[in-house]
Amino acid sequence: MNRELKRVTTVIIAMFAALLISSSVIQVLTADSLAQDPRNVRAVYDSYKTQRGAILVDGEPIAYSRNSDDNFHYTRVYSSQMYSAITGFFSFFQGATGLESALNSYLTGKNSTQFFEQINALLSGNPLTGAAVELTIDPVVQKAAWDAMGNLKGAVVAIEPSTGNILAMVSKPGFDANLLAAHNGTNSGESYAKLLNDKNSPLVNKAISGTLYAPGSVFKILVASAAFESGKWTPESTLPNPVRFKLPGTNTYIQNSGEGKCGGKSTVSIADALKLSCNIPFAQLGIALGQDAIRAQAEKFGFGQAIETPLRSTASTYPKNMDDAQLGLSSFGQFDDRVTPLQIAMISAAIANGGKLMKPNLIENVQSANLSSLFAPSPSEFSTPVSPSTADKVKKMMVAAVASGVSSNGAIKGVSVAGKTGTAQNGKGEPYTLWFTGFAPANNPKVAIAVVIEDGGGMGQAGRGNTLAAPVASKVMQAVLRK
Amino acid sequence: MSTQTAAIDISKIVRVVPRNRNIELMLLLFAMGINAYELAQIQLSTIAILTWDLLSYWAPLAVASLLLHLLLRFRAREADSLILPAAMLLNGLGVAEIYRLDLAAIANGGTELFGMKQVIWTVVAIVAAAAVIWFIPSHLFLRRYVYISMVIGLVLLISPMLPFIGKTINGAHLWLAIGGLTFQPGELAKIALTVFFAGYLVTRRDSLAVVGPKFLGLQLPRARELGPILAIWAVSLLVLVGERDLGTSLLYFGLFLVMIYVATGRAIYVTVGLGMFFTSAFLASRLMDYVSGRFDAWLNPFDSAHYDAIGGSYQLVQGIFGMAHGSVIGTGLGGGVPQLVPLAESDFIIASLGEELGLAGIFAILGIYLLIVARGARIAFNHNDDFSKLLAIGLSFVIALQTFIVIGGVTRVVPLTGLTTPLLAAGGSSLLANWIIIGLLLRISDSAKSGGSR
Repeated sequence: MNRELKRVTTVIIAMFAALLISSSVIQVLTADSLAQDPRNVRAVYDSYKTQRGAILVDGEPIAYSRNSDDNFHYTRVYSSQMYSAITGFFSFFQGATGLESALNSYLTGKNSTQFFEQINALLSGNPLTGAAVELTIDPVVQKAAWDAMGNLKGAVVAIEPSTGNILAMVSKPGFDANLLAAHNGTNSGESYAKLLNDKNSPLVNKAISGTLYAPGSVFKILVASAAFESGKWTPESTLPNPVRFKLPGTNTYIQNSGEGKCGGKSTVSIADALKLSCNIPFAQLGIALGQDAIRAQAEKFGFGQAIETPLRSTASTYPKNMDDAQLGLSSFGQFDDRVTPLQIAMISAAIANGGKLMKPNLIENVQSANLSSLFAPSPSEFSTPVSPSTADKVKKMMVAAVASGVSSNGAIKGVSVAGKTGTAQNGKGEPYTLWFTGFAPANNPKVAIAVVIEDGGGMGQAGRGNTLAAPVASKVMQAVLRK
Repeated sequence: MSTQTAAIDISKIVRVVPRNRNIELMLLLFAMGINAYELAQIQLSTIAILTWDLLSYWAPLAVASLLLHLLLRFRAREADSLILPAAMLLNGLGVAEIYRLDLAAIANGGTELFGMKQVIWTVVAIVAAAAVIWFIPSHLFLRRYVYISMVIGLVLLISPMLPFIGKTINGAHLWLAIGGLTFQPGELAKIALTVFFAGYLVTRRDSLAVVGPKFLGLQLPRARELGPILAIWAVSLLVLVGERDLGTSLLYFGLFLVMIYVATGRAIYVTVGLGMFFTSAFLASRLMDYVSGRFDAWLNPFDSAHYDAIGGSYQLVQGIFGMAHGSVIGTGLGGGVPQLVPLAESDFIIASLGEELGLAGIFAILGIYLLIVARGARIAFNHNDDFSKLLAIGLSFVIALQTFIVIGGVTRVVPLTGLTTPLLAAGGSSLLANWIIIGLLLRISDSAKSGGSR
């Protein structure tokens, strides 16, 4: 009988070996692919298990994780809608957007720079804690921009020209990210659907993305820059000054916004055309410059690039293969020119900084849980789109536009402000898009700004950049200068 | 027996006996220590403080097993020294994990204390094991009750199919419900049937071993010797159809085949038996919706059709996700989310432990089972009489096969069934039956060491 017992023992060992193999297959060989199965919620629970780092503005958390008593371990809490465009949301059910997405690896502690903390957490058994991120945002400026926009729809971007640090980034309307951080799938899903279907697109950060805007007259700064960079034009160069201008190859006539001449003379200087924001001289200037020169200038300012602050912006576009009629229209910011407010602010920032464009940046410092700095970007040059002399010429024209031109509402008492308004058309009957961009003080710029207001600011085709956007910009710049 | 050998025997007994029990005591204390550590870790990682509750989950097991140890010192001094500590290690781990799942359920508004029930059942089961050792002076005594065992075994096995007292849980008719208590009689039936098989096969082994006609190169048993195997096959088929559980059916049939093989040394019984079983299982998988659902869920669990189906592969897949999440070293007790798997405390306790203790923990658990089974097989080797050998290997094999069917079901080696993981899973009947088996193995091992059959 012992022979049979031995065989039975062998069978038992084989049975246990089969179990060892099957559990090894599950727990080691296929563990990674099983973890990625969308039906496996454990990986998502895991991301909630590490205490996600906070996002800070001037040391105060605008997004942070608080202990919760459920399977999620932590709840994400957002301090104010004022920052919703920057932080985005972090939702178990809808994923993440904004900095919550862009900085996810730092916030969860999974970034490669956090390697030693990961090892430490593994060995000590302590949970991994994510890094905290301090932003360049100035809460006073941010609040000024948020309040100045009031119930208007649109966006504000304010940049420190000498560093590229973003001082304010507002998108209106905002949204309550706490609703999406809810741990109840039904609540979170309903809130998300509501925000997603809202015609005012609160989930879109209009400062850097969305459907983009026609720049209108603020684009004239770029065309003037290209003209001066070519060496063939100066602010004093004159152009013919008709009451109406027939676009080459068409029977379409364009007019200046005042429907008359640009100033009273038979010719008009580029400086006056910018100050008075006339369309006909810029259409002629653009056609004379050629689209390649303008495109080259636009690309130096950042057109065609998705800029990462590290929020990834949509690339602004300057149309390709235009005929002269289209080129004429695009030269005063119509046709298919499409821009982000960030891009327009970058143009002003480059002019303000003597032609040197600093890389726009939102991150002051990324700090690990043990307070060591993991990442602190130093100001870096993005490009040099124009020479110092071109920058100086454009600046003087922008100062005149505010001081004695049609961009007057950007003015600040006792401070020299450089600026340019824009009122872009969006097709027949559609409300205008209203703009202001500029910087202050003109001789020692502390802030460059772009303000966009959608939907004619509620005034349809009666809204103007100077009446609605310029005062907002003025308030935000004052908030910077008061410090 | 010469005086000389008797003297050697006595010196052996004098030297070996205390050492044997002292090893057991040391290992038992070690198992208790591990159990206390498990409970402490669970409290710290789930509720962040240590409470007196810990003692109420630890002390009853510790006291009961120490009393069983003391009883062995008096009533079965030469019994195997590893089986009791190994069983306690598994039982304690099971209680700890069930308590851990209770804490998770309480955090979500649950009120049931499966862990405390398990503690009470463990005490009852250890008392039953003690009663076996106390009241049965020798397992050979069981030979007198072979046919009574058969009747008891069959009644227990078939009782869930009876109207009024039979109860269906999760699609399988494996339970009895009397008053508010539910009981799985099949668990106790396996002991009665092992005793019956051992007694029956010892008396019939010679005639069963006689060579019959040759067919296609196979030595077939004589036709009349096929009677019993056909009868057992019919019973297992009845269980499969009537109780709708492939696992229970496979457990009894597999047990019988192994015992008839050990008794007769004829592999043909195993070949023919397995052929019959798999044919009927295959047919059942075609003809019975319930069984075919289990088969489909086993073969293609990740298919959304099976995953989303009611009674489909959701539980199996969630269990596999849990184990995968545990990876090699696990999340630590209290660190995972095993409560996501339905029946995490009973049918899927191995997936819960796999998640929290990792592959390392699964290997350790399988190692402990294998240790118990190996000690059981050793007891079979050490005995000289056939009944003891058959009973010891039968009881050991039933633990091994049940472990294989359950863990194999969770890890997709075999289709998922309604059996319970011995000593680990929540459930009173299973604990009671397995502790009685532990008691019987201890009883049999005592007489093996003291010089074979008495």
